[in-house]
Amino acid sequence: MKFSILVNEGPYTHEASDTAYQFAKAVLAKGHEIFRIFFYHDGVNNATRLTTPPQDDRNIVSRWSKLAQENNLDLVVCVAAAQRRGIVDEGEMKRNGKDATNLAPGFRISGLGQLIEAGIQSDRLVVFGD
Amino acid sequence: MLHIVNKSPYDRPALNSVLATAEGGTILLIEDGVFAAVKGGAEEAKVKAAMAKFKFYALQSDLEARGMADRVIDGVTVTDYAGFVDLVAEHKTCQSWL
Repeated sequence: MKFSILVNEGPYTHEASDTAYQFAKAVLAKGHEIFRIFFYHDGVNNATRLTTPPQDDRNIVSRWSKLAQENNLDLVVCVAAAQRRGIVDEGEMKRNGKDATNLAPGFRISGLGQLIEAGIQSDRLVVFGD
Repeated sequence: MLHIVNKSPYDRPALNSVLATAEGGTILLIEDGVFAAVKGGAEEAKVKAAMAKFKFYALQSDLEARGMADRVIDGVTVTDYAGFVDLVAEHKTCQSWL
């Protein structure tokens, strides 16, 4: 079965990022496919590579990057939500005249249409947030 | 439909909203939502009454994280993440009551 996941909450806030991650792992372990994981609202904060939690704490961002790399996942960050919160890739840096990028590996910035497409293309869309 | 509730009934009205508006189905309690599954809680009678219309599940790791794994109301099925995935797959639609 084809799943997509929507993450609406930032990391280290309540529990949504952790639950979404554990759920994604369980989906893959069951042999299902993940069409896309979409990060919206404060969920875009899951995509900053500058996150530096204490060494004995989980690194939520790099955990997403690793999961994406190992399973060839499509992690998409909403562009408008990302601009508001300072999540920047090469293209956004140039377009908005910024002096740095911080998008973590495995993520890409795109539009809300990607969420709509995920809803259409997937058998199930599961939402995690506050 | 699968109703996913992630907020405590002692904090937010999410569970009440499900019980008030949904015809029936399955309710999965995750994150702070698992507080609704605690035996002896003020919400226990409401949850038990709702079992006539709804099947209740609670996520094991979230119960354990809160020290509630051995205090679950009879009739609430404790499940893991694999079971969470199965519940989503088994139900045609799922609603997260955020």
